[in-house]
Amino acid sequence: MRTKTSPLNRLFMALVFFFLYAPIFVLIVFSFNDSKSRTVWQGFTLDWYSELLQDSSIMSALSTTLLVSLLATLIATVAGLFAAIGFYNMKRRLRAPLMTVNNIPMTNADIVTGVSLCLLFVAFFGLWGSVAEWFNGVQSVITLPENLHMGFGTLLIAHITFDIPYVILSIMPKLRQMDRNLVDAAQDLGCTWMQAFWKVVLPEIKPGIVSGMLIAFTMSVDDFVISYFTAGSATSTLAMVVYGMTKRRISPKINAVSTLLFVTVLLLLIIVNVREARQEKAIKKTAEVRR
Amino acid sequence: MRNRRGFFALPYVVWMALFVVAPIILVVVYAFSAAEGGFVIQFGSLTLHLTLDNFAKMGDYLIVFTRSFELAIIATLLCLLIGYPLAYVLARETAGVQRVAMMLIMLPMWMNFLLRTYSWMSILEDTGLLNQLFSAVGIIDLGNWINSGLNSLCAALNSGPVALLNDLLGTQWALDTARATDMEFFHMINTSGAVVLGMVYNYLPFMVLPIYSVIVKLDDSLIEAARDLGAGTSRVFRKVIFPLSLPGVLSGITMVFVPSVSTFAISKLLGGSNELLLGDLIEMQFTGMAYNPYLGSAIALVMMVIVVVCMAIMNRFGEGEEQAVML
Repeated sequence: MRTKTSPLNRLFMALVFFFLYAPIFVLIVFSFNDSKSRTVWQGFTLDWYSELLQDSSIMSALSTTLLVSLLATLIATVAGLFAAIGFYNMKRRLRAPLMTVNNIPMTNADIVTGVSLCLLFVAFFGLWGSVAEWFNGVQSVITLPENLHMGFGTLLIAHITFDIPYVILSIMPKLRQMDRNLVDAAQDLGCTWMQAFWKVVLPEIKPGIVSGMLIAFTMSVDDFVISYFTAGSATSTLAMVVYGMTKRRISPKINAVSTLLFVTVLLLLIIVNVREARQEKAIKKTAEVRR
Repeated sequence: MRNRRGFFALPYVVWMALFVVAPIILVVVYAFSAAEGGFVIQFGSLTLHLTLDNFAKMGDYLIVFTRSFELAIIATLLCLLIGYPLAYVLARETAGVQRVAMMLIMLPMWMNFLLRTYSWMSILEDTGLLNQLFSAVGIIDLGNWINSGLNSLCAALNSGPVALLNDLLGTQWALDTARATDMEFFHMINTSGAVVLGMVYNYLPFMVLPIYSVIVKLDDSLIEAARDLGAGTSRVFRKVIFPLSLPGVLSGITMVFVPSVSTFAISKLLGGSNELLLGDLIEMQFTGMAYNPYLGSAIALVMMVIVVVCMAIMNRFGEGEEQAVML
C-alpha cells in the first residue's frame, strides 16, 4: 500500500527517530569529553579510548559478549535448521504442541527464563556434586570435579536456548512456502536426499536462515537479564559490567566502548545494504538486457 | 522428504525438555516449597518441604504488583500510540525509505539496552542535559513564574471565595499556595515517569516491527475496493486497515507488555530505589541479601499466571489470531 506521504508524516517520523537516537548521540559525544562528568562538556579528548584498551575487565567483558553471541548464534542456527526441518516433516498433531513449547522462551518474561535456568543449573550442580563424590569414593582412576559453578558454559547454554526459537520461527515460513514437489523431483532425477537438501532446499530457505541468524545475534547482544542470572560471578558480559558500575559511578570508558560497538554495527549494516542494493541493480540490468 | 525426517527435531526436543520445560517445572516446585518446615517429601537424598506459605506472603507485595502492572500498561499504551502511526506512515513510504527506516529501528538494539538506558540517566539527571537545556531556554524560569502566579491566584482565592465557603459550610478548605518558585531544575530522574520513558524507549521497536510487517503486506486491492464502494479515508482505516492489522497490534502489545512488567534494570537505573518493581523484587530474592529463591519463584509464578491470563483474554478479543508476527 503506497500513497503520498505528507510533510506532517515525515515530521512525525523524524521526531520518533530523534527520540530513538538522541541518547545514543549523547553517549557518543560524551565518550570524547575531557572530564569524568557525563553532563558537562569540557573539551575534546581520546583518553577514554586509550584507557578503555587498558581496562582488562571491560575488554574481557566485551570479548565474552561477542564470543557468547557468535557461538550461540552459530549453534542455534544449525540446531534451529535441523529442528525446523524436523518439525516441518512431522504430523500436525505432534508438531502443534512442540511449537507451543518452542514459543515459550520468546513469550515468557526474560526474568522468568533467567531465574528458572538459574534454578536448574544450581539443582543440577547439587546433584552432580553428590554423584561425583560417590564416584570419586568408589574408584580412584578418574577424579570428577565435585564443585561446578555457573560460568561461560551455562551462559552459552542459556543464550542457545533463547536463540533457537527465533531461528525456527524465521525458517519455518520459508519451508512452508517451498514447493514440496521440488525435493521429490530432485530425488526422481537421481539426487540422494542429502544432495536434494544442499542443492534444492537450502537455497530456497536461505533468506530465512540469514534473517534467523541476524535476529538471534541481535537478541544475544541485547540480552542482559538472562545473562545476569546464568553467568555466575566470575563471568560477565558488557551489560553486566555496566550494571555493576551503576551502583558506584559509571566511567566514560563505557561511552567509548558503546561508541565503538555502534560504529562497527553501523558500518557493517551500511556495507551489507550497499552490496544488496548493487546486486539488485545488477539483476535489474541483466533483466533489461535480456529483454 | 515427507514424514520420515521428523527425527531431525529429536535433539532439539530433548534440549527443550531439559532447558525449557524442566526449569519451568522447577520454578513451580520451588514456588510451592520452602527451605524448611511444611509437608516433607523424601526422594532419596532430595528433600522437599511443600508449603503454601510463599503465596500467603504475596499480599505484602500487592503494592509492587499494582505499580508494575500500572506502569507496564501505561508504557504499552504509549508505545501503541507512537508505534502504530509510525508503522502506518512507514508502510506508505517508498521501498528505499522503508529499508533505511527499518535499519534505523533495529540498529539501537545492537547496542545493549542497558547502555542506552544508562544514557538516559545523563539526560534526565537534576543537573543533566535536559535541565541544562531547559534553563538555557528559560523554561525553568517560566515554570517558576507560572508557579508564583498560581500561588498568588490561590492566595487570592483562599482569602476570597474559599474563606466565604469555609464560613458557610464550617470547613477548613485551603488551596495550595506553597508551589516552589525557586526551582533550579525539574526533578525527572528517579520518578515513575522516568521508568515509563525508559520502557517506551527500549520496547518501542517491538511494537513498530510487528505492526509494520502486517500493514506492509495488506492487499492494496482491498483498500481500493473499499474506496470504490464509497468509504472515506477514515472509514477505510476503521473498517479495513485497522481490523486487518490487529494481529500485529496484539503481538506488539504482548512483546512490549511482558518485558515492561518484568523489567528490573530499567527501574534500577531510572527509578532509583523508590520505584521497586516486580522484576526488582524477584531479582532481590535470587541475588540480593534476602536470598529466598522459594519466594522469588512464587512471585515469578504469580506474575507469569497473571500475564498469561491477560494475554489469553486479549487474544480472545482478537478472534484468537495466534499468528505471532515476531519481528
